[in-house]
Amino acid sequence: MKRVKNFLFLLLAMPALAMAAGGHSVPLDKAPVNLADHESLQRGARMFVNYCLNCHSAAAMRYSRLQDIGLTEDQIKENLLFSAEKPGELMKIGMTKADGKAWFGATPPDLSVIARSRGADWLYTYLRGFYRDDTRATGWNNTVFDKVGMPHVMWSLQGEMVPVYKRDGEHETIARLELAKPGSVTLAEYDAMVGDLVNYLVWMGEPVQVQRKQLGVIVLLFLAGFFVVAYYLKKEFWKDVH
Amino acid sequence: MSAMQKLMGWIDDRLPLTATYKAHLSEYYAPKNFNFWYFFGSLALLVLVIQIVTGIFLTMNYKPDAELAFLSVEYIMRDVEWGWLIRYIHSTGASMFFVVVYLHMFRGLMYGSYRKPRELIWIFGVLIYLMLMAEAFLGYLLPWGQMSYWGAQVIVNLFAAVPIIGEDLSIWIRGDYVISDATLNRFFAFHVIALPLVLIALVVVHLVALHEVGSNNPDGVEIKKKKDPKTGIPLDGIPFHPYYTVKDIVGVVVFLMVFSAILFFAPEMGGYFLEAANFVPADPLKTPEHIAPLWYFTPFYAILRAVPPLFGSQFPGVVAMGLSIVLLFFLPWLDRGKVKSIRYRGPIYKVFLAAFIISFIGLGYLGLLPSTPVATIFAQVFSVIYFLFFLLMPWYTSIDKTKPEPERVTG
Repeated sequence: MKRVKNFLFLLLAMPALAMAAGGHSVPLDKAPVNLADHESLQRGARMFVNYCLNCHSAAAMRYSRLQDIGLTEDQIKENLLFSAEKPGELMKIGMTKADGKAWFGATPPDLSVIARSRGADWLYTYLRGFYRDDTRATGWNNTVFDKVGMPHVMWSLQGEMVPVYKRDGEHETIARLELAKPGSVTLAEYDAMVGDLVNYLVWMGEPVQVQRKQLGVIVLLFLAGFFVVAYYLKKEFWKDVH
Repeated sequence: MSAMQKLMGWIDDRLPLTATYKAHLSEYYAPKNFNFWYFFGSLALLVLVIQIVTGIFLTMNYKPDAELAFLSVEYIMRDVEWGWLIRYIHSTGASMFFVVVYLHMFRGLMYGSYRKPRELIWIFGVLIYLMLMAEAFLGYLLPWGQMSYWGAQVIVNLFAAVPIIGEDLSIWIRGDYVISDATLNRFFAFHVIALPLVLIALVVVHLVALHEVGSNNPDGVEIKKKKDPKTGIPLDGIPFHPYYTVKDIVGVVVFLMVFSAILFFAPEMGGYFLEAANFVPADPLKTPEHIAPLWYFTPFYAILRAVPPLFGSQFPGVVAMGLSIVLLFFLPWLDRGKVKSIRYRGPIYKVFLAAFIISFIGLGYLGLLPSTPVATIFAQVFSVIYFLFFLLMPWYTSIDKTKPEPERVTG
């Protein structure tokens, strides 16, 4: 019987043993996501419209939805409507898919749900991971997305980063990035700006997510109350069984 | 005679309404000793209804068109009133359907619910399970994300592995040389009409057969053997309504709490219910790094990958995967045990069942991972155990030392 038990335990442990392979190549930095911080989301929205919404669309997202993060319709109209006329419009862009492919080698992806496919941490690391690389056509490369087609759009903010390599056995890997030519803001300020942008992208990925959780609490409280009623109803009926 | 009774009389002369109500609810006698595991049948029925109702509302706004499908789902999530809720109920419901059905099937295995005289109930149940897998597979193409697309590509290519006719067969299924708009349209048609009709019909037959022979119970003894001589009612039976209806309401509420916790707080369920890669629109030119089917298919996917190809053909793996499900149909005749319930089975059966469950879960886990040589060896071991559970069953169930069954149900 002991041998049988050992056998069953071994079976249980097998998938865990099988896991002992693989793993992520580049460690990701934790993105400062806080959807309750409307000011951060608004700053992020402004960054998004200024820096992203020229080449990337967000075709599922309406400008008017920005009212959910505390902007008024007039504020949206005055500050954020560059490529649209009415706040009810979707965040589309003038650049065609074919143009994008011709200019960047790949069509810049729509960003409506990018935070749901890539994850906030990946975006946060990616947007802070551009460095100078003269072998690339754009002059830029990226730590988490090697040979990326996208140039460093926010280089005038961050400045120019260069890689510092470390020896890792036979390979040379990038240990960290160093500021070679300062931009218009400090690196800490840049991190905060990217944090706002990623926060916004996470919100835009599912604008209803805050209300969803609020509703969830109410639903669970209702069900908890319903459970008490259902439980005593069952008890009452089952008195005469046995 | 009151007006109500008159009305009922009028109807009963024309339609067996009262008789049906009695036969299936108020005078359907179920064993009084149902335990936790007996909630999952009625819960499966509940999820079926949830899926059909939410499905109807999704259909009103979804566009089965390769150009529009992906954004139409996001349109439902953002612009349709309560669309996000309906969509999340449907996506959560799909996974919860399998959770409930797997637990329901495990119950059947534990208490021998497939044994004589319930062979047909079991067979219809396995058919429901098959239809459910087909329904889930077809539905998963509809959001038209990268995993939708490449998952469908992988599965349809399995048919291409069939010798001689494979290529033509896969083209016939897709309606094109690759997964395309034509495929999306036909999958949509099957998902919203054809398979739901078959599913409902099978569920009706499953229940009619169940109510003909009566429910099994955790002791695996037939309550119909001991009846009250005067009334003819089984001594251990209680009317389904109101006893089990009120009991099932408690189960439903607990289930809905779990369901809501996922739905409202973790609808992606860490990537298991909604995969991250499926938030990227389908791109026929870009194969994802790692294609993993949804969690409820992974045990079979792992079996498929565990079988080495023969002359460069995946066909043996496809056969093994098909066989792993076909074997379920034969379960009532493979089991030679003297007792039905695990409560009175001997140690050998218990060990085999435990090994089977661990292997099934292990295969499910391995099916999620990229294929590596080590993982493949583990998957092969688990696959062998999976098959041995069935193939050796006639032998180990007949030599097992069982305990005597009680005369009446216990507890």
